Amino acid sequence: MAEVLVYVDHVDGAVRKPTLELLTLARRIGEPVAVALGAGADATAAVLAEHGAVKVLTADAPEFTEYLVVPKVDALQAAYEAVSPAAVLVPSSAEGKEIAARLAVRIGSGIITDAIDLEAGDEGPVATQSAFAASFTTKSRVSKGTPVITVKPNSAPVEAAPAAGAVEALAVTFGALATGTKVTARTARESTGRPELTEAAIVVSGGRGVNGAENFHIIEELADSLGAAVGASRAAVDAGWYPHSNQVGQTGKSVSPQLYIASGISGAIQHRAGMQTSKTIVAINKDAEAPIFDLVDYGVVGDLFAVVPQLTGEIQARKG
Amino acid sequence: MSLRIVVCVKYVPDATGDRQFTEDLTVNRDDVDGLLSELDEYAVEQALQIAEEADDAEITVLTVGPEDAKDALRKALSMGADKAIHVEDDDLHGSDVMGTSLVLAKAIEKAGYDLVITGMASTDGTMGVLPAILAERLGVPQVTLLSEVKVEDGTVTGRRDGDTASEQLEASLPALVSVTDQSGEARYPSFKGIMAAKKKPVESWDLEELEIEADEVGLEGSWTVVDAAAQRPARTAGTIVKDEGEGGKQLAEFLAGQKFI
Ligand SMILES: Cc1cc2nc3c(=O)[nH]c(=O)nc-3n(C[C@H](O)[C@H](O)[C@H](O)COP(=O)(O)OP(=O)(O)OC[C@H]3O[C@@H](n4cnc5c(N)ncnc54)[C@H](O)[C@@H]3O)c2cc1C
Ligand SMILES: Nc1ncnc2c1ncn2[C@@H]1O[C@H](COP(=O)(O)O)[C@@H](O)[C@H]1O
Repeated sequence: MAEVLVYVDHVDGAVRKPTLELLTLARRIGEPVAVALGAGADATAAVLAEHGAVKVLTADAPEFTEYLVVPKVDALQAAYEAVSPAAVLVPSSAEGKEIAARLAVRIGSGIITDAIDLEAGDEGPVATQSAFAASFTTKSRVSKGTPVITVKPNSAPVEAAPAAGAVEALAVTFGALATGTKVTARTARESTGRPELTEAAIVVSGGRGVNGAENFHIIEELADSLGAAVGASRAAVDAGWYPHSNQVGQTGKSVSPQLYIASGISGAIQHRAGMQTSKTIVAINKDAEAPIFDLVDYGVVGDLFAVVPQLTGEIQARKG
Repeated sequence: MSLRIVVCVKYVPDATGDRQFTEDLTVNRDDVDGLLSELDEYAVEQALQIAEEADDAEITVLTVGPEDAKDALRKALSMGADKAIHVEDDDLHGSDVMGTSLVLAKAIEKAGYDLVITGMASTDGTMGVLPAILAERLGVPQVTLLSEVKVEDGTVTGRRDGDTASEQLEASLPALVSVTDQSGEARYPSFKGIMAAKKKPVESWDLEELEIEADEVGLEGSWTVVDAAAQRPARTAGTIVKDEGEGGKQLAEFLAGQKFI
């Protein structure tokens, strides 16, 4: 059976959920071979094996943290040359997309980004993508070289599928471009203790209607009552009420949770682009004409300062 | 010595219009008004600021696109760029990111550059991978997704706010930079700027001039194929209630019914 390379997104050995989803998709096409780079790479093997990795290729070097993107491309290319896979799958993070793109041009392959589903096809893997702020769904495939495909979070279930997951050291030689862009300082984002926005099953977002940083606790309390992640519209982010890392939309994160709750958000096309594929959508907005109501499964026309706290109280009461 | 900046700008269908695909499954560019991608205005803005700081700089804006794409160049010129290059050729229709990046790379090399600046993503294709591919093709450092950028003494520095960390980056020129919409509001063209833009040079290049064969680009030369495009079924109309004092409770009831509570 053909092998499929899966690029592992992990933080010091803790594998992030989108990578496990990739393993599910990779098994539809062939046998997953994982590539884990940097500090803690070896520690990823156990969980990768549990989810179907037949092999885990690992490499660690200071270059991976000291320079931007290119050292990882060199390593993924080394893995590609060692394995000759039928496809290369990479999580659709900002960095993942850049790594995948550079690999694709190097190996003379077409690239598909932001797939939301993947199936085996007669002429190679077929990717489903969303287009035009998710108002269209397309099916595409790579017609030249080895398909390189990046996949969005929440595109497939995480499934247990125990495999060998034998760790093998990957030999990497860095090219001249690897040290081109130096990372001179790095500040890790502080953890809020809430789920990761792109991975969360429920996202609760606030917009301009929240009317001030000091009011965002209303949104956070609702989120916490549901174990949800907190999102924000660009209007709320631009006003400085909430960090940009929480922005949902075209130039923020794209989310596809089971449940999306928008409060005080009008539903501009650029916001919809990042949340339209959510399974269930709920909105609270005092303007009955707000475009967000075109998307909702359930909408409340009303003042969020009354509706949201009441909702939070009711959820807490029901949970006991 | 003069700092030569090339800014890549894309002409895109207006995102607030009713965007569609054509029969050959390429983006329909006829039925929706086009404009300079808003995300590329940020690239033009940063180029202008970098040029203002430098002793001597020249900004060239570059686009690959149909005849109408000249509008995007005019807008960038009226913001303050010095000159423009329009790569246009019938054989370019349907190019994917590999084709477009090949053309841009050849055009940038022909124009001559110290610094290439792009937007973070196009608002129609939204792949966001062209900058990285361009850096790979040009063989220069990629300093991408910057929310802050500075050029001094042949060095570009900037801040990249990533998923897990915020990073400070540094590279020597020549380099490729992409900027996000967090990099600072783009200026509006002034009346004077709009008038001046009319006199600024716009060069037109075709594939032959760039020594690119027709089969390397366009639909034929594309390394990916779109087999189908379907409009997403409209979401079934939901329940909308007006809050009469019980809105939060009604919403809780709905969520409980859907097993979210
Ligand atoms: C290139 C580009 C990229 C963009 N990227 C993004 C992006 O990634 N994400 C994004 O979100 N936007 C993005 N935008 C901006 C987008 O166009 C909108 O401006 C933005 O989404 C508006 O945010 P909002 O809905 O919070 O604000 P508004 O549109 O001002 O809406 C606020 C809503 O709150 C309601 N409201 C006010 N007070 C209350 C109250 N007390 N109770 C209940 N409801 C209330 C109002 O009725 C209104 O509907 C982008 C724009 C461009 C041009
Ligand atoms: N046809 C084009 N002409 C000029 N620049 C482009 C073109 N397509 C993309 N770009 C540049 O590449 C960036 C990212 O585009 P993309 O990867 O297509 O999302 C854009 O913000 C532009 O700066």
